[in-house]
Amino acid sequence: MTDHNTFRQATRDWLEANCPETMRHPYRNEADACWGGRNCKFQSDDQKNWLERMAAKGWTVPTWPVEYGGAGCDAAQARILTEELARIKARPPLESFGISMLGPPLLKFGSEELKRQHLPLIARGEIRWVQGYSEPNAGSDLASLQTRADDRGDHFIVNGSKIWTSYGDLGDWMFCLVRTDFAAKKHEGISFVMFDMASKGVSTRPIKLISGKSPFAETFLDNVRVEKNQVIGRINDGWTIAKYLLTHEREMIGGSGLARSGGVPVSRTAIEVLGSADGRLGESMLRADIARFEMDERALALTIERARDEVKAGVSLGASASMFKYYGTELNKRRCELLMSISGGDALDWEGGANHDGFLPKSWLRSKGNSIEGGTSEIQLNIIAKHLLGLPG
Amino acid sequence: MALVLNEEQRMLRDSARDFLKSRAPVSHLRGLRDSVNADGYSGALWSEMTDMGWPAILVPEQYGGLAYGYTGIGLVLEESGRTLTPSPLLCTAMVGAAAMVKAGSDDQRAAILPGIAAGQHLLALACDESPRHAPHKVDTIAQRHGAGYRINGGKTAVADGHIADTFIVSARTGDGVSLFLVPADAHGVTAKSYPVLDTHFAASLTFADVELRQHDLLGPLNGGLALLDQILDVGRAGVAAELLGIAQEAFERTVQYLKERRQFGVPIGSFQALQHRAAHLYTEIELSKSLVIKTLQTLDEQADGDPELVSLTKAKMGETAHLATTEAIQMHGGIGMTDEFDIGFFLKRCRILENLYGDSYFHLDRFARLRGY
Repeated sequence: MTDHNTFRQATRDWLEANCPETMRHPYRNEADACWGGRNCKFQSDDQKNWLERMAAKGWTVPTWPVEYGGAGCDAAQARILTEELARIKARPPLESFGISMLGPPLLKFGSEELKRQHLPLIARGEIRWVQGYSEPNAGSDLASLQTRADDRGDHFIVNGSKIWTSYGDLGDWMFCLVRTDFAAKKHEGISFVMFDMASKGVSTRPIKLISGKSPFAETFLDNVRVEKNQVIGRINDGWTIAKYLLTHEREMIGGSGLARSGGVPVSRTAIEVLGSADGRLGESMLRADIARFEMDERALALTIERARDEVKAGVSLGASASMFKYYGTELNKRRCELLMSISGGDALDWEGGANHDGFLPKSWLRSKGNSIEGGTSEIQLNIIAKHLLGLPG
Repeated sequence: MALVLNEEQRMLRDSARDFLKSRAPVSHLRGLRDSVNADGYSGALWSEMTDMGWPAILVPEQYGGLAYGYTGIGLVLEESGRTLTPSPLLCTAMVGAAAMVKAGSDDQRAAILPGIAAGQHLLALACDESPRHAPHKVDTIAQRHGAGYRINGGKTAVADGHIADTFIVSARTGDGVSLFLVPADAHGVTAKSYPVLDTHFAASLTFADVELRQHDLLGPLNGGLALLDQILDVGRAGVAAELLGIAQEAFERTVQYLKERRQFGVPIGSFQALQHRAAHLYTEIELSKSLVIKTLQTLDEQADGDPELVSLTKAKMGETAHLATTEAIQMHGGIGMTDEFDIGFFLKRCRILENLYGDSYFHLDRFARLRGY
């Protein structure tokens, strides 16, 4: 315990000295998030310094081993770091699918050579990763994917197309599911491969969404050469890796329903915007919905905490990732709906200052995808019904 | 504190589960109902529960108790929710004991707590005067009378009011509200017992010139509302724990039924329309469970508790148990509507507990007020 107190004090002192003042505010818009990568354009010196200082400490990935760019923190230390970052409202130094999605399966299933090749670059934010999972005809039924990888001895030749590649046009490398055995059952002929997006034959096309933005792309793979040493796990055993990664992706998406609020409770926004009389919001029906939302928000936060405690105590909540993905994304949609209602007409302004240059309506539109990406809410409910409740069919 | 049970707590829960399953399953409640037992509970069973040490869980060791804390009594209540076992656990072992521990004078504690621990004293909290829970609305009045007080007024829907030997009564005292310990056999006290829909009983009380002594005052004069809120918060946590047991049991019985019941040649649990509702309900129960555990732990850790958290927990647990029991009836179909089948008992008890000490509308409103909106 004393060690942890020492760690907390040292962490607090270091953050105080090294976190630039401008990095101590929630994001105001998407450009405030730093994604790193070869083509990263930092918004400010502060943003660049914040990333470089955190990466040098290993604190972009505190629990990863030191040799892979982490700090080798135990769970308690990682929690202290998270708490101390939250205490000064520090924004994340780096947003990264390399950290949140690829990292866990690479650490668990990757060869030593692959870990040393990729993990330090992820930790430092030098390579930006994108995910090649969904295909035009493989959405909820992901395992029916048809992108094919033909064996050419020491490498594969990959042909096909991927869709819903988050920031696909901005990525440096892709981790990708491909079919390597065309005769096997659909779950058993898949491999998990990685390749440079600058490879010959890779092209992308951004997809414009209802929010007006293009966070996703289509990715076309036309005779792309993929080295065989860039396979994680065994050839044809990629579905195991894919599912493990999805668990982490779902935890990330589920938890983001809480993180995205930027620490400002919906009720406080409501008071600021609407005012109150006798200590109560005047809009009584809206007030009731806000209270019910904050109730569920607290319940989810405590359940995430409980799940962590149970893992530590050696009991598992089971398919908890599906539960958090389902509830967290539905909750985030409710949050966006409430914020839209609170601001009324101001929330409808597409570019104006009344809602941070359209951040509010664009976030609302974007949130509709939360319960689709990473496996729809309905797929999560299927998983809970089948794997936790043991229901047939 | 980690949101998991420690070894000792798991043992307590397991022993409670074993005892209640063997000695007081749902058929025990049915038997009481069918025998038209006017107490609505079994004194013999209460003696056995006393032997298990349950009424002593909250009582300090110096008064013959176990000092085992709110999490402990909450676990027992959760298990008794699974079996729908009627007993004075909630009103006496949790609410009554907590009131005495929080506010009793040395004399009052010495007079009452050993009797609670020994299963001899039964208490009831009498604070409501209107059909919907409104504990701050008090018309019952206690006027100075000689060296003591004289109480006039009445209380409604007093849980365990038909069996308690001592009532904890809120009454206006000049500038504020105060709490009093009123003996059930005091001159001028009338308790009218009536059955409520879960086959438990409650009572409405009237006080006609009931004379009390100075030392019947519980807690500070005119400081009764703040104290009442604290006592009620303990009760709300206890009700939530019992509701958690009810929700889990009703849900597990329903999932089992979905696997067994066949229509169209297949188990009905293979239908996605039912699977998704069951999976959603599972999620709601897991979320509610976290609130219940946190609330009980907070009562153990902080003398004043956390009123915001208590209200969230009572509201959420009430809504979840409501969903669990209404879905249980719907998914069981016609057989769920029959008296012969037990699932209906869960629906009834849930409705009572949702209402007790404030329903989700009451608590969402209280939560918002406490949060400043």
